[in-house]
Amino acid sequence: MRLSINGEDRDFDGALSIRDLLGQLELASQQVAVEVNLELIPRDQHERYELGEGDSLEIVTLAGGG
Amino acid sequence: MATVAVDTKTSSGDDPLQLGNHVLASRLVVGTGKYDTLELMQQSLEAARTRCVTVAVRRERLYDARGKNILDYLDPQRYLLLPNTAGCYTAQDALRTARMGREILSGLENPGADWVKLEVLGDSKTLLPDPVGTLEATVQLVAEGFQVLCYTNDDPVTARRLKEAGATAVMPAGSPIGSGQGILNPNNIRIILEYLKANDPNYPVIVDAGVGTASDVAMAMELGVDGVLLNTAIAAAEDPVLMAHAMHHAICAGRQAYLAGRIPKRLYATASSPAEGAIGRRPR
Repeated sequence: MRLSINGEDRDFDGALSIRDLLGQLELASQQVAVEVNLELIPRDQHERYELGEGDSLEIVTLAGGG
Repeated sequence: MATVAVDTKTSSGDDPLQLGNHVLASRLVVGTGKYDTLELMQQSLEAARTRCVTVAVRRERLYDARGKNILDYLDPQRYLLLPNTAGCYTAQDALRTARMGREILSGLENPGADWVKLEVLGDSKTLLPDPVGTLEATVQLVAEGFQVLCYTNDDPVTARRLKEAGATAVMPAGSPIGSGQGILNPNNIRIILEYLKANDPNYPVIVDAGVGTASDVAMAMELGVDGVLLNTAIAAAEDPVLMAHAMHHAICAGRQAYLAGRIPKRLYATASSPAEGAIGRRPR
C-alpha cells in the first residue's frame, strides 16, 4: 500500500491503522497529530482508523516558534 | 486536565495578566524559535521569567537534525504552551494547523490546548498579516471553541473587527516579525488601546513582533498594553540569556511606569529647585 506522508511517498505491507503506522515510524502518539486527506483524526480513533491506498497524511509535532 | 501553577501577583507587583481563562504571572510571552540549542532556549526562558511560551506546529522529523523534540525541553507544568499558526498564508491552512496544535496539546494535558496564536500571513517578505484571512479564520476558530489570540498589524480598525469577531486578545505588531525595529507607530497602538478598552478596560492587547531590545518592551508597556510577545530579540541576541534578563526587567519597568502615571511632556523647563531664596539676579 502506498501512502503519502508529509509529502513523501512510502510503501507499506498489508492493512494498517494509524496506530500501527505510528508504531512502525517509532513516533510517540501523544506528541503528534495526524491528518488524513486534510482531515484531523483524533488520537482516540487512531486504533480503528484503517488507512487506504493513496491516502495522504500529515504527521506533525511541536517545534520552536514565535 | 493538568493545570499550570497560578500565581496571584506578577513579577512587576501588579495584578496578573488575564488572557481568556488563563492567568499569567508574567506579562512577557516568549517564542521558542531560532535558539542555537534547545539548552540555550531553556536557560533563556528561565531568565525571562515567562510562564507562557509559543510553539509552532511542524511536520514530524523535519524539526531538528539530531532528532530531539522540543517537548523534552519544555516542562508542561511550568509553561503554558501557546501553539501558533506561523507560516500559514491562508485561513484554511491556519485552521488545519490550529486544530492539529490543539490535538497535540490535548495529548500532553497542557491547558494551552484551548487556545491558539493565530497568524495568517499576507506575504513572505514582510510577514505582514493578511487582515481578511485573519478575520475569516478568527470567526471559524471562535465557532470551534478556540480562544483566539490574533496577530495583526497596528491598524485600529482591523483590531476592532477582530475583537468584534470574538478574539480573546488582539496582538498588533510593533513592526515586522523579527525586524527589531521596535514600535514604529505608537500612536496607532494608543488608538487600538482606546478603541478596544473603551468599555472593556481589561480586554487584553499584546504587542507581538518587532521588538529589538529592552527599551522597545518598556516603551510598549508604558503605552498601556497588557503584555509583549517576542522571540527573535532574545534568541538572536549575542547573549540570549542576558537579553532575556533585560526583557524581564523591561516588562516590569514599563508596567510600573504605566501604572505610576508619567508626567506630561512640556516644551519648556520647570525647575526642580525652588526659585525663591536663590541668590543673585534672575535674567528675564
